[in-house]
Amino acid sequence: MEIRDRIRRGEMSALEAVDEALRQLDVVNPRLQAALQIFPDGARTAAAAIDRRLAAGEDAGPLAGVPFTVKDNFCTLEGHTTAGSRILESFASPYDATAVRKLKEAGAVCVAKTNLDEFGMGSSTENSAFHVTRNPWKTTHVPGGSSGGAAALAVSTGGMIHLGSDTGGSIRQPSACCGASGLKPTYGRVSRYGLVAFASSLDQIGPIQSSALDCALVLETIAGADPMDSTSRDLPVPRYADEAQQDIRGLRLGVPAEYFPEGIEAEVEEKVRAAIEVFREMGAEVRDVSLPHTRYANPAYVLVSAAEASSNLARYDGVHYGRRSVSASGLVDMYCRSRGEGFGAEVKRRILIGTFVLSSGYYDAYYLTALRVRNLIRQDFEKVYREVDAVVCPTSPVPAFPLGDRIDDPLKLYAVDVLTVPANLASLPGMSIPCGFTSEALPVGLQIYGRPMQDEIVLRLACAYQARTDHHLRAPPVCGWRGGEEGG
Amino acid sequence: MSAAAAGRDPLESTRFEAVIGLEVHVQLLTRTKMFCRCEARFGTEANALTCPVCLGLPGSLPCINRRAVESTVRVGLAFGSEIPLLTKFDRKSYFYPDLPKGYQISQKDDPICKGGRVEFFVDGEIRVARLVRIHLEEDAGKNIHVEGRPESWVDLNRAGTPLMEVVSEPDLRTPREAGDYMRMLRQVMLYLGVSDCNMEEGSLRCDCNVSTRLRGASHLETRTEIKNLNSFLNVEKALEHEIARQIRLRETGREAEIVQETRLYDPDRGETRSMRGKEEAHDYRYFPEPDLAPLVFSPEWIDGLRATLPELPLVRLGRFQEDLGLSAYHADQLVRDKEIADYFERCVESYRQPQSVGNWVLNALREELRSRGVGIEDIGVAPERFAELVRAVDDGAVSTQKARDVLRAMADSGRPAAELIREMGVEQISDDSFLRGVVQDVIAAHPGPVEDVRRGKRNSINFLVGQVMRRTKGQANPAMAMSLIDELIGSPPAE
Repeated sequence: MEIRDRIRRGEMSALEAVDEALRQLDVVNPRLQAALQIFPDGARTAAAAIDRRLAAGEDAGPLAGVPFTVKDNFCTLEGHTTAGSRILESFASPYDATAVRKLKEAGAVCVAKTNLDEFGMGSSTENSAFHVTRNPWKTTHVPGGSSGGAAALAVSTGGMIHLGSDTGGSIRQPSACCGASGLKPTYGRVSRYGLVAFASSLDQIGPIQSSALDCALVLETIAGADPMDSTSRDLPVPRYADEAQQDIRGLRLGVPAEYFPEGIEAEVEEKVRAAIEVFREMGAEVRDVSLPHTRYANPAYVLVSAAEASSNLARYDGVHYGRRSVSASGLVDMYCRSRGEGFGAEVKRRILIGTFVLSSGYYDAYYLTALRVRNLIRQDFEKVYREVDAVVCPTSPVPAFPLGDRIDDPLKLYAVDVLTVPANLASLPGMSIPCGFTSEALPVGLQIYGRPMQDEIVLRLACAYQARTDHHLRAPPVCGWRGGEEGG
Repeated sequence: MSAAAAGRDPLESTRFEAVIGLEVHVQLLTRTKMFCRCEARFGTEANALTCPVCLGLPGSLPCINRRAVESTVRVGLAFGSEIPLLTKFDRKSYFYPDLPKGYQISQKDDPICKGGRVEFFVDGEIRVARLVRIHLEEDAGKNIHVEGRPESWVDLNRAGTPLMEVVSEPDLRTPREAGDYMRMLRQVMLYLGVSDCNMEEGSLRCDCNVSTRLRGASHLETRTEIKNLNSFLNVEKALEHEIARQIRLRETGREAEIVQETRLYDPDRGETRSMRGKEEAHDYRYFPEPDLAPLVFSPEWIDGLRATLPELPLVRLGRFQEDLGLSAYHADQLVRDKEIADYFERCVESYRQPQSVGNWVLNALREELRSRGVGIEDIGVAPERFAELVRAVDDGAVSTQKARDVLRAMADSGRPAAELIREMGVEQISDDSFLRGVVQDVIAAHPGPVEDVRRGKRNSINFLVGQVMRRTKGQANPAMAMSLIDELIGSPPAE
């Protein structure tokens, strides 16, 4: 991470780094609308404090002065924590999420909160209650979602850390759409404490950067057991940045036929298959594998995530915090109006689906069946991981699509997640890195799946690929770090 | 007038019997709440004991209180429940302002304890109620309605405090059995130290499921549920009224009016009232709590907890009767309160006269505790010292009457009995030759009563004893005085 090293070497102050980040946000945000909130004053104050510590010769942390953004479903002491929803529009969290706290303790400075689909529900960031975000490669197109704001900033700005969350692909799919490198770590690797819950058994926090090596650096900082999250795993945190730079010779890669489904765009398949050849050239062993239950993953994901969401979102009832309808008379009316006014259409749809599948009489047929499918998906991977160390495939069957193209057809939109949801269902680490561009100059994402708690293998493959290729280095037309807008 | 209102057993002399099952909620005594580190206690400013977790703020996650799980396992072991090696939590969903997350974390399919049996006494006879399960959940907060104000308030201090639910099979048949079953639950909880069982503060609350059927039938009829009863008396009274209501309907051919519903007991009007019917019943949409991994116990861990179980009340009761020769009544009275029973046993260790020690503990000591309003741990009289006092009484060194004064002085000063008896001048005079002289003087001074005694008027002997006491300032041993009077007058032996 260049910015970190420059601050460390004294070539740049923390305040200068933060000012540069703010300047870039000033350049790109009006075009992309990737950030929901920017904190110039708070960030400059925090940076000045870091500089004072550095000047006094103190250890200000391994990420001293590095600016960071978080998706607006992370609780932060800064600003509001909206989750992209009207219902939390004015909610201010009294605490920092564990991942945010860890970044701050490492010396990083929070500069902005990024746009997302409401509560993380969507694949285009069009479901944000506030505004859409545009793809830096083509502003008529979506950046993917739900961490669309983070992915758009990861490639259009430089020298920042961006955290996103991934419930069914929300880090990897926007990374693919924007040409960013995004890691969804193994479930339990990073504490979820302070992440506004969408689906608790699927949600995971991870970095979205312009390179896999930076992702490794960020993971090193945010990973680890947290007494506040009993689903976080108490396992040692490897030095991911070192691990990521090891040789990949001899690693065995599986290519699952099911991940090149009917309807996949030809250019996507072509770029991904070419990338797999690069791995072969670098000494990895590539073989065909089968994950036979893949086609049931998406329906199972829709049911499990909706079921958990219907429960997780029950707390937004207008009683204790968040939006309360002013026109309500009586308790039930207050619930109905507050939730009716506060939630967007997609969130309501998922609450309805989730409430339905958990209802008595339907629970076995839907929710339990979905759990059984989830188990089969898991077993598919367990079997394959006896033969290979990682699985490589496309991140999404399609590149970024035009704004408005799919938003009115939920099934068409859900279909975008078909290759990413298995990682969440099976609690695996998964990463997307750019592996080329379509004829329309839109990035194509290569996805790498690893074994549970072997995030370093995923990072190693991604770093090796990026050492050989330069897709991740290309600048999009909307770009802050080139100083101009029409670079690349 | 219903049978219940007349205070009679509603089941007496009818063709019907009742079938009762109880769900008892016990607030566990833990330092912190069930899923966060807020203090679990009462009597603080509203919402002072809260954090993001028990407020249900976005992003917060629960963490299981180990102590609460241990307490529940111990209760299960005490009642012979099976402790499965895997247990998990579930979410129970409903909207209510005192429930900040919109769901309660509870347990549905895999409770901490399965089965078990509670043995208890009804009129000296042992009864058994089987348990279905014991599970752990979090309590809700409290809604506060201010008279005359349009808005309501919510206090979440109680939200998230640990609550254990003990569910019985429908094995109880009378309100009295239900009350005694619950008393035994309370006794065992107190023995285990898992709850203070303070009923005024709602530490023990009960939902009663009750149906009625022809005596001897084996099927179950439609049941009603009476919610939220917080005293033994209310449990018994509510059941009496509800059973009487159901029997009245059956006897008049209106049994169709008995419907599955939730009813509330109104102690002022002495009736139960319908609260909500089955058609309005909640669908709680239970599903496994994804924020908490299932708990896996090792058999060794469970055995470790088993080793911490104290001797339970019923076992102790048997031992007090068989080994110490106490009556069933005295044994029961002593066993009821663990601290009293422990104290009693330590007394007996240093003075092995269980009968008289038991008597003194149950009477003089308990009275002293009551009048001081303190618990036995605060009375300031060590069991060994108390035993010395009882021994002094038994030896005739102090009278029963004066011994109570001595006990008070012991509690005030913390000094030993023998010292105080001397100092207070209350030593009982049991010296034969001295008393003989006093009795001779009394006989000489009161020829009339002496004559009466000779003629068999036993009342007069009390007068003479009284005279002896007067001349000795109350210190004479009255029993010795009486036998000396008899001996010296040569009166016919007393019956």
